[in-house]
Amino acid sequence: MRVCIKYDSDFICRAVLKEQFEELGIPFNIHSLGELEINEHLSAEQRSALIAALKKYGIEIIDDPKMALVQRIKYAIDDMLEDDMAKLQKISTYLADKLNYSYTYLSNLFSESTYTSIENFIILRKVDHAKELITNTDLTLTEIAYRLNYSSVAHLSGQFKKTTGLTPTAFQKIIEKRKQNSIRPA
Amino acid sequence: MNNTPNTNVKILNVALADDDEDDRMLFREAIEEIEMRTKLSTFNNGQELMDYLTLPNILLPNLVFLDLNMPIKNGMQCLMDIRNNPLLNTMAVAIYSTSSSEKDIEQTFVNGANIYINKPNDFSKLREAIEKVLQINWQYHTSNLNRDNFLYRI
Repeated sequence: MRVCIKYDSDFICRAVLKEQFEELGIPFNIHSLGELEINEHLSAEQRSALIAALKKYGIEIIDDPKMALVQRIKYAIDDMLEDDMAKLQKISTYLADKLNYSYTYLSNLFSESTYTSIENFIILRKVDHAKELITNTDLTLTEIAYRLNYSSVAHLSGQFKKTTGLTPTAFQKIIEKRKQNSIRPA
Repeated sequence: MNNTPNTNVKILNVALADDDEDDRMLFREAIEEIEMRTKLSTFNNGQELMDYLTLPNILLPNLVFLDLNMPIKNGMQCLMDIRNNPLLNTMAVAIYSTSSSEKDIEQTFVNGANIYINKPNDFSKLREAIEKVLQINWQYHTSNLNRDNFLYRI
């Protein structure tokens, strides 16, 4: 039997954090996804217990403040892509306003730490989103292009091909065949 | 959980299985010229690679490059063994081959490959191809991108 599920990773993450912190008896507040405040001083044992508990879910505490900021840039990019109003703004203005650093600083930091640029990362994220829509919905490419704010289908297809080396159709065909064979690389 | 997205990892562990000694050497030279910090382990055929991957308590590579045509165990067989083993299934797999037949390429993707590289015949192109593959793999390794949909052809 094959069952389809729908999920919200934001929701799951909050639920997991709540469960794990409560189990260890550590009081905390979630500020935004990717940042939370612990309301008391942690002992070394508490800290390592917390790290071990979160690791099971692929959640990590980021110690390096620069890496933490890189992660916040990535979350801000995700927010931006989901926000219809934000699409009207320039990326540089949006990120600088949201994170309170100059775009030059953010952009240099990002490139130094991730082997890619903010612009390329956004393209990768948009193509990733297009892949989701291609595999999980019946939307046509034209509809997907519109939804992801591409100026045309040709623009979407071109960026898809440049980013993955495959056309959207070839991609779709491979994923369909994998589903038939039940192959799911993680 | 060797391959969950991990923002604190600084070194990318890479494995290569290729029966051609010259190709292994060129690959090593190319990857050493790339800015990203990597640790490369090489294997002479698919069986040697699989024997290594199934040893207890090893640090699994983040990314495996497989030549398609190898004696004893070829790249396609390795790929299927990796995808059928829940302990290994989290690794990204790159097929590294001289074949440019569309059918071969599609078949490797359908069997679970993430990346297909046509072996370039010139060193600087090889270096460039490996660099692009490492960069894109790094994004999947450190960001919240859907790995089920990680397909890349170069």
